[in-house]
Amino acid sequence: MQLESMYQEIILDHYRRPLHAGLREPFDAEVHHVNPTCGDEVTLRVSLKDSGGEPAVADVSYEALGCSISQASVSMMTDLIIGKPVTEAMDISAEFLALMQSRGEGEPDEDVLGDAVAFEGVSKYPARIKCALLGWMAWKDATARALANGNGEQA
Amino acid sequence: MSLDVARVRKDFPILDRTVRGGQPLVYLDSANTSQKPRQVIDTLDEFYERHNANIHRATHELGEEATEAYEGARIKVARFIGTADETEVVFTKNVSEAINLVAYSIGNATAGSAASPLRLREGDEIVITEMEHHSNIVPWQLLCERTGARLRWFSVTDDGRLDLSQADELINSRTRLVSIAHQSNVLGTINPVTEIAGKAHAVGALVLVDAAQSAPHGLVDVASLGADLVGFTSHKMCGPTGVGVLWGRRELLEQLPPFLGGGEMIEMVWMDHSTYAPPPHKFEAGTMPIAQAVGLGAAVDYLTALGPERIQEHEQDLVRHALAVLEDIDGLRILGPTEAVDRGGAISFTMPGMHPHDVSQVLDDRGIAVRAGHHCAWPLHRALGVQSSTRASFYLYNTPDEVAALADGIRHAQKFFRVA
Repeated sequence: MQLESMYQEIILDHYRRPLHAGLREPFDAEVHHVNPTCGDEVTLRVSLKDSGGEPAVADVSYEALGCSISQASVSMMTDLIIGKPVTEAMDISAEFLALMQSRGEGEPDEDVLGDAVAFEGVSKYPARIKCALLGWMAWKDATARALANGNGEQA
Repeated sequence: MSLDVARVRKDFPILDRTVRGGQPLVYLDSANTSQKPRQVIDTLDEFYERHNANIHRATHELGEEATEAYEGARIKVARFIGTADETEVVFTKNVSEAINLVAYSIGNATAGSAASPLRLREGDEIVITEMEHHSNIVPWQLLCERTGARLRWFSVTDDGRLDLSQADELINSRTRLVSIAHQSNVLGTINPVTEIAGKAHAVGALVLVDAAQSAPHGLVDVASLGADLVGFTSHKMCGPTGVGVLWGRRELLEQLPPFLGGGEMIEMVWMDHSTYAPPPHKFEAGTMPIAQAVGLGAAVDYLTALGPERIQEHEQDLVRHALAVLEDIDGLRILGPTEAVDRGGAISFTMPGMHPHDVSQVLDDRGIAVRAGHHCAWPLHRALGVQSSTRASFYLYNTPDEVAALADGIRHAQKFFRVA
């Protein structure tokens, strides 16, 4: 029985009570991503700000339809990256991606990933990795678009 | 005599294995792909060990044996679907390719310089239904884009049947082709194909039937179905992956231009043009899935020996039982007909507060294999107002005990996610 290793209590908590949910103004870019295999969707907005000469994440807001894994993942992501410089948020995103690709062999750094270390168990289930990554991919896409438009630069 | 399921199960080696830490496998995903009996597996082995050669072109004994086995499989398939003329049976890769073959062939007839009764014109209409698998939607969208024809569709009623009140408006003098599922892969609904085909033929339209979900249960009799073209696939009917079938009326297959060009589909080739082999070989370019077709022949033998009526009777009993057991679960909503009338062995459902992916994960943890998602029928799910569903599908080897395991698993999921 490995169910508990996938559905850790912290994941179910985020699923039942997602953080930073809902779409908010203002935003610099909005994307809509789907997981074509199961139909899960997320609409995600990114707002950037200038923070001491480098772009930082002012806000990430979202509306998501999907399973507990995808919902909990996007909830934890927003909590981890809102307020952080974009470069640091991208590093966190890379760390999370590496964890999800680790096939259960990863050694996640709790200092970097916080609650998201709970996703280690999910990485053993290839079919669920896309669920966990849906929100993160949407955020990277939205942020790239916002940066390309010059958002987050000093006025 | 009814189907001896215990004996049937012994034919399927995979049903003996355990999954997820030593639990017996409860395989309820046969609408996705069926398991394979020993008889089919042995046929594949024997073909590769004893008879392997290319077909129709090898001038040696192995080539003769391989050709005989391949063409023999065509005859078996023809008999299984009720036609005496095996040249009406075209081997394809799967149903998707069978449907694409027809769509591209009609596109080729439209683009070609030769006059063809199959040519589509702007304003012509192709009719499908909202309950189709993506493989019976997307090829027609692409054909409409290429030709200027218009795609129309039957909608689905709340209880998961086609809304036939639209039939006379939808099928009219502009209709050129009607393409519908015999049995829905999500709802299990068996559609009144013969009735719809009658209306289509009355206005001179062709009828294609996607029989992917009905052929495995021996429900396809092309003589009585009323269709002009029927597609189905080996891997859902105890056969290997990699081979499917397009059946078509002989005159129609002669009219349809080739789809894929290449070796073995030709009569003569010059540098600037070619002439083509008669059907079915006109549509079988390149080296075909030979062993797989032979394996399909063995699958057809297997199903024929058990008896399609007995298989259907067993599945009907199981579906009736499963519908009653599942309806008893708090909050569970069955998509599609809740009575086992004109209904096959796929039962899709939703649960409040639980996403299908999560339900299926809990079931998988108990060794129960189902499918979760939109099952390649996204428009149908949208029409039913759900994002996705969990699907349990039953076949000849499933038992009432497995239905009970499914129900227990769903109740366990409710407890696990604290929705009950």
